[in-house]
Amino acid sequence: MTSQAFSDEIRDGLDHALTIDPSVLVFGLGVPDPKGVFGTTVGLQEKHGDKRVFDIPTSENALTGIAIGAALGGFRPVLVHQRLDFALLSMDQLVNNAAKWNFMFGGQRNVPITIRMILGRGWGQGPTHSQNLQSWFAHIPGLKVVMPALASDAKGLLLASIADPNPVVFLEHRWLHNMQTSGSTADDPIELGKASQLKTGDAVTIVSVSYMTIEALHAVEVLSAQGVDCDLIDLRTVSPIDWPMIEKSVRKTGRLLVLDTGFQSFGLAAEIIAHVSDHCWNELKSKPMRLTSPDYPESTSPALTEDYHVRAEHVVQTVGQMVGADISAEVLLNQRQHPHDVPGSWFSGPF
Amino acid sequence: MNSEISTEFSTSMRLIRSVEETIAERYSEQKMRCPTHLSTGQEAVSAGLGALLRHSDLAVSGHRAHAHYLAKGGDLNAMIAEIYGKITGCSRGKGGSMHLIDESVGFVGSTAIVGGTVPVGVGLGYSLMMGETDDIACIFMGDAVVETGVFWESLNFAVLKKLPVLFICENNNYSVYTPIEARQQTTVPIHQRISGLGVKTIHGDGNDVVAVHDAAKEAIGHVRAGKGPAFLEFDTYRWREHCGPNFDDDLGYRPEEDVAKWREAEPIARFENRAIREGTLTQSEIDVVQAAITTKVEAAFEFADTSPFPPKIDATRHVLAPVMKETLL
Repeated sequence: MTSQAFSDEIRDGLDHALTIDPSVLVFGLGVPDPKGVFGTTVGLQEKHGDKRVFDIPTSENALTGIAIGAALGGFRPVLVHQRLDFALLSMDQLVNNAAKWNFMFGGQRNVPITIRMILGRGWGQGPTHSQNLQSWFAHIPGLKVVMPALASDAKGLLLASIADPNPVVFLEHRWLHNMQTSGSTADDPIELGKASQLKTGDAVTIVSVSYMTIEALHAVEVLSAQGVDCDLIDLRTVSPIDWPMIEKSVRKTGRLLVLDTGFQSFGLAAEIIAHVSDHCWNELKSKPMRLTSPDYPESTSPALTEDYHVRAEHVVQTVGQMVGADISAEVLLNQRQHPHDVPGSWFSGPF
Repeated sequence: MNSEISTEFSTSMRLIRSVEETIAERYSEQKMRCPTHLSTGQEAVSAGLGALLRHSDLAVSGHRAHAHYLAKGGDLNAMIAEIYGKITGCSRGKGGSMHLIDESVGFVGSTAIVGGTVPVGVGLGYSLMMGETDDIACIFMGDAVVETGVFWESLNFAVLKKLPVLFICENNNYSVYTPIEARQQTTVPIHQRISGLGVKTIHGDGNDVVAVHDAAKEAIGHVRAGKGPAFLEFDTYRWREHCGPNFDDDLGYRPEEDVAKWREAEPIARFENRAIREGTLTQSEIDVVQAAITTKVEAAFEFADTSPFPPKIDATRHVLAPVMKETLL
């Protein structure tokens, strides 16, 4: 079974879409530059031409509207933002036009656009290069929100997003780009709205998204080794969300822990806990828990981010509390060979 | 000017005027329950442009879009029914006066956020540039759009990529009650600012349909020839209040002499008097045109009034388009 890095899966997905569908366009700041958006767009302009793959002015709002117009004109644009934070300049076009067009014209015209936004944490990204605002986008009816975690899901989810008749916000965590997971690199779309169960157990349902799934994978192994087996559900799509899979698991385990990369208040974890409380109240054996970013912006200095991020050991400790077992996270702490603010020793900045 | 084009101008302007004034007349019935921005007094720009556009040309507009929609050939019954919130409306009652669409004639959509359709129009231009035709994308806009960031972003992109986009700015001097002098520096007029980007610009009297037509013809020729975008600025004046059916000059926000001057420059009589003088139109021809329009407008309001409302379930529909098997890559 082949495996390659998440960023290569994204690039291959874009290449495949551009190859098989002449209506696909890919544009964004730095798309054809030598670095190619963390390697995800390298070589695409050379192969598919500068009319279909191109750099843009620093005009996020206009280019979102231009993507909408091109979509109304029969194309399937993929717009790329190197940071989610930059895309905040485009909220008018995204919310008032892209998300509303199909609705406000009575279902006559859909807007098939995919907007890739890269988000992250750590290594000095600071207050305006690290925001994980998936709950903003998921709050808007008319937008789909996709957050792959595993490299083996990245291409399939991207192809499904490009093929989707609706605007899709496709959120890539910077810490995932270099990661590899063994599994399919086939060109098959993965249906949006379907979560993926990565681990099975009866103790606790862990619902996770994007990079938090990587931390969770480490955590569930340590928990298993100490006799606590959890269901680990990787959402893959935040909106629409796979409620049936979450409900089914919680009905089995009676316990819910949600992991989110975003701020805590009014966030994705809050929504999942509210839904589960509403639909699975009688099956709950303990109060639902969440581990998220705290309700303040991330600082730049490594001295100030040490307690900012949720890591696998926090997941282990929280699950231990939930099941009332004395679980040790020591093995995880001993394994960490690199500073807290990087995903691995491969990462040395600057961006 | 021949009698054919004279009749077309007269018909187009009179249709817009009749529709707008009938809305004003009936607005108090409370059957049109949505914000409505009338184009009374500003008919010449749409009529002059409409005579030159093909159905395969694309157009977008903003909140004051009735005239643009009608001049592009948009279905009258569907527009009035939309304002009435009926299922037979052009947006099935989802959008109202500010969200008009008739893709069968290339009217791609109007929306309610000032400047919001400008990049959409440029994106349509990009899609046309990728094709084989010489069709163009038209962006109807008001003077306040020039104050938005997205306008300049979009214009820059249209110039950069030499897109077949025509900007049509109706400068009526007011954004709601605020005069242009309070919103923009006006020492350098709008068209001159835009000309500085290397865009072909023409400035003209927006209440003179012949002048509009001549300027538009030149600009459209430029855009169809693949020479990049063009920008038209037309001075004009809104007669009624910014939003709604009434006159509001009792509020004193516009100088009385301006109101009087622009009333004097009313586009329909101004054109028809000239056409009669020049022998391309007769009063009896005008009477025939008006009678037909009156009948058509009456029928449209009757159609809207008697059409059913959408079923309640429609409130929840069209949030997302369904994923079809064939849309998968």
